[in-house]
Amino acid sequence: MIPVQFDYVAPATLDEAARLLAEHQDEAKLLAGGHSLIPAMKLRLAQPSLLIDIGRIKDLAYITEEGDQIRIGAMTTHYQIEASERLKEICPLLPECAASIGDVQVRNKGTIGGSLAHADPAADWPAAILALDAEMIAVGAQGERTIRAQDFFVDMLTTSLEPNEILREIRVPQPQKNTAQAYMKVAQPASGFAVVGIAVNLTRGDDGRCQSANIGITGVAAKAYRASNVESALAGNALDEQTIAAAAAHAADGVDANSDLYASADYRRHLAEVYTRRAIQKAIAKL
Amino acid sequence: MKKAISINVNGTPHNTEVEPRMLLVHYLRDALALTGTHVGCETSLCGACTVLMDGQAVKSCTIFAVQADGSQVTTIEGLAQNGELHPVQEGFWERHGLQCGYCTPGMIIAAAQILERNPNPSQEEIRHGLEGNLCRCTGYQHIVEAVEYAAKKS
Repeated sequence: MIPVQFDYVAPATLDEAARLLAEHQDEAKLLAGGHSLIPAMKLRLAQPSLLIDIGRIKDLAYITEEGDQIRIGAMTTHYQIEASERLKEICPLLPECAASIGDVQVRNKGTIGGSLAHADPAADWPAAILALDAEMIAVGAQGERTIRAQDFFVDMLTTSLEPNEILREIRVPQPQKNTAQAYMKVAQPASGFAVVGIAVNLTRGDDGRCQSANIGITGVAAKAYRASNVESALAGNALDEQTIAAAAAHAADGVDANSDLYASADYRRHLAEVYTRRAIQKAIAKL
Repeated sequence: MKKAISINVNGTPHNTEVEPRMLLVHYLRDALALTGTHVGCETSLCGACTVLMDGQAVKSCTIFAVQADGSQVTTIEGLAQNGELHPVQEGFWERHGLQCGYCTPGMIIAAAQILERNPNPSQEEIRHGLEGNLCRCTGYQHIVEAVEYAAKKS
C-alpha cells in the first residue's frame, strides 16, 4: 500500500506553516503524528499533493498550567498525556482517555491535535474534550481564534476549523475540588476504536448532590456530542444508583446512531446507556 | 521530488535521497537491506514493523522516512550489544517465545519498550504493553513468559 506521489515540506515555525497552508489549502494536508492521515493516504482515500509536516515546529508539544487552565500543545502525543503525573493528579480524565487509545506504538506517535482535527466519529479524544468543556486555539492567516469544544465538531471527519487554520493548542479548565472524572469505552476488538466511549466530568457539592455534570459521548453518532439530557437529569440531584440509572437512560436521546457490521444502531444506543451508567459510577467511586 | 534525509540506524549514520512517500519500513528493508523489520498488515495494527525511533516504539509502516530525518532508529538488528543478546532476545530464546517468527522482531522491540518504562511489569502489564503486536502462533503465553524472564534477568 503506497500513497500517490506528493511533495513534502517541514516548516520550522507555525507562521511559516500557516503561510504555506493558506497558499496551498486546496491541495495540501497538515501532517501531525500521521496515524490517521497516513493510513488514509495508503488506502488512497486521501491524495494530497503536498504534505506540510508540522512535526518539526518547536514548542508545539507541551503540558502547562496558566491561571485556571491546563494548556496542551497540539503536537503533544497521547503517551505524553498518558504518562503525565501532574495530569493524573489534577485532571485524570485526560491521561485515562489517552491510555485507552489504540496501542503503545500508536500512542507514542499519535497526537491530541491531530486526532481532534481529524474528528473521527469513533476517536476517543472528542468525548473527553467535550466533557471538559475545552477550548481549541486555531491559527490562520487572519490570526488566532478560540473555538469551544461544543462548536468544534461539526460532522463526521469535519470540524469548524477553516481550510487555512491550524489547531495550535487545547485549553482545559482546571477541575475544581470534588470533581469526579472517568472515561470508559467499548473498544472494537480489531481496531481499538470506540464502539462507544463515555467521558464523565462532574462536580459534587458539599451537600452530596451533583452540582454540575458534563457527559461527552463518542462512537455512537457521526460526531461526538454532549449528552445534555443525562447532564440535566443529574444536576441538582443526589448521586444515588436510581438517579444515575434514570439519567443514563437518556444517553442517546435524539441521536441518529451509527450502524455497522460490528454493532447495530440499537446495540450502540444500548451500550451508550449501560456505559454512561458505569462511567458515572466509576467516576463517583474515586471521590 | 526526492528529499535528502539523514537517519542514524543502529548506530550507523545513513544519508539517502528518498521519495517523500517512502515508508520508514521500506526504507529500512529496501534501501538499507535491514530485513529484520517485517511488513505485516500494513495498516498499523499488527506491530510486525515496530522499531524504536528516538527511544519510542513506533510502527514503521505508518511513518514516512522523511519524518524520521535526523532521528536515531533501532531495529531488531541493533538490539544486541557487543555480541550479547538483549535480555528480551534471550528470553524469547529461553522461553520459546516464537514459532514462525514473523511477529518476533516487532514483539521484541515492543517488549524492550515495556521494560524500559517499567522494569518489573506484571503479567497484565506485559499483555497491555503488547496490545499493538499480533502473534498468530503462540497464543501469547510463551511471549509473556519470555518478557518476564527478561525482566528478572535485567
